[in-house]
Amino acid sequence: MSSANHLDTLYRQVIMDHYKNPRNRGEVEGDKLKIDMNNPTCGDRIQLQMKVEDGKIADAKFNGEGCSISLSSASMMTQAVKGLPVEEALRMSDLFSDMMLGKDIDTSGLDLGDIEALQGVTKFPARIKCATLAWKAMEQGLNEEENA
Amino acid sequence: MNVQEVRRRFPILDQEVNGHPLVYLDSAATSQKPQSVIDALDDYYRRYNSNVHRGVHTLGSLATDAYEGAREKARRFIGADSVEEIVFLRGTTTAINLVAQSYGRSNVGEGDEIVITPMEHHSNIIPWQQLAKATGAELKYIPLQPDGTLSMEDVEKTITDRTKIVSVMHVSNVLGTINPIREIADCAHKHGAVMVVDGAQSVPHMKVDVKELGADFFAFSGHKMCGPTGIGVLYGRKALLNGMEPVEFGGEMIDFVDLYDATWKELPWKFEGGTPLIAGAVGLGAAIDFLEEVGLDEIEQHEKKLADYAMEQLSKIDGVTVYGPEHRAGIVTFNADDVHPHDLATVLDSEGVAVRAGHHCAQPLMKWLDVTATARASFYLYNTEADVDAFVSSLHTAKEYFGDVFS
Repeated sequence: MSSANHLDTLYRQVIMDHYKNPRNRGEVEGDKLKIDMNNPTCGDRIQLQMKVEDGKIADAKFNGEGCSISLSSASMMTQAVKGLPVEEALRMSDLFSDMMLGKDIDTSGLDLGDIEALQGVTKFPARIKCATLAWKAMEQGLNEEENA
Repeated sequence: MNVQEVRRRFPILDQEVNGHPLVYLDSAATSQKPQSVIDALDDYYRRYNSNVHRGVHTLGSLATDAYEGAREKARRFIGADSVEEIVFLRGTTTAINLVAQSYGRSNVGEGDEIVITPMEHHSNIIPWQQLAKATGAELKYIPLQPDGTLSMEDVEKTITDRTKIVSVMHVSNVLGTINPIREIADCAHKHGAVMVVDGAQSVPHMKVDVKELGADFFAFSGHKMCGPTGIGVLYGRKALLNGMEPVEFGGEMIDFVDLYDATWKELPWKFEGGTPLIAGAVGLGAAIDFLEEVGLDEIEQHEKKLADYAMEQLSKIDGVTVYGPEHRAGIVTFNADDVHPHDLATVLDSEGVAVRAGHHCAQPLMKWLDVTATARASFYLYNTEADVDAFVSSLHTAKEYFGDVFS
């Protein structure tokens, strides 16, 4: 495989689109959960903000600094979980973890949308932590909310 | 120095990565190992593996001779007076922690000062933060000049009669800055403070003499100087080490043991609790032999040439920012507009070029540079101008690949 082809399995067009035009970048209005998450090995950091109402994620936005993979993943994640019941968002996060581990995943009933483009990250083990950063923030926020 | 001959001694360099010849530019993280070091480890385990300082048997004596022989090589290598001043530890981090926990806890108190710089590696920041918290001492920073160097004026202003410890890296693992250790040590001594030097990035690359530098403590790691991981050295002036208590207690470091009390062995063994790092020390000894055979001055010259060449090539690429001073060791840290260092490192890796991306264990310095991460190419004796060319060519690939995204 030429290096450009090899790179294309990671940097799919839809990923680069989310990197260039991140969705849901900014701040959630009103009462919200705020989760700061960083990747201590590389310095990437994001703040995820979520509004949970009636067991659903009413809004999700993020701010932060990082590479194309971590920021596009945050963009896709916020897009996918907005409007989802908390349980489904957590299930999606589990599926995403499995996807990063290269496992076969059962997506029935869940629309991963653009997220499937991140499958190529599994071929680049050093970048998996970039892809999972925003998801970990989401999980941590929702788990804290449930336990509150 | 014939670099092609040097390269042939490193078996790992002869391979392809992602379909391209490996270009290893991450020696500041860890260096590669020559065949002679690999052989020394292999020989130890195959022929005379045994515990040291106790066995009456033949293998025990061979192992003890090799272990203590490596200590003598390390002593000579850094110009220490006595092998009693050479403590084998896991690495630079462990060495600095020992100084902070032992010397620091007994000699630093409330109202005293510990002076470091914002360019330090985490291993030369956090032990002092912890010491300051535990003792009520103040942790002070010598500010950096805009080019990432230290000015003696600032050094003089920061170090006072209340300063008990000054700890500075010899060479920056990010900026490549070579710090004026002798001048800083003179200032520290004038005020009655001890000078601690993090030599992790200098000892592998240049001739170091701890006495000429005026270092009271000097720490370095084997794995960055062609040796194995898990072995490093703390040099300490004998008078200071003698007055210090061990921080690890157990086998190997004791003299007499009673039910309720014990006494310690002499220097340096009182700091080497447990079965020591025998294979590591043997490997380090072989690494020292290798570096001396090639010649430290030649290695330094070679790396300087490569760094200059790399800087010249990088200056021709639009949107590339190089951090640090003009006069530097073989470390080039940079960012390319629009391409995050992780993405850059991934593209480079796809062409077989290994560089580091991230904060390089220097988060306060990243903050000072006002970046979250950078990419770093670091050179060693086995790198060539062709390596720099491959690196620069990959950088163009990355810029083209990502350039389209933002155009």
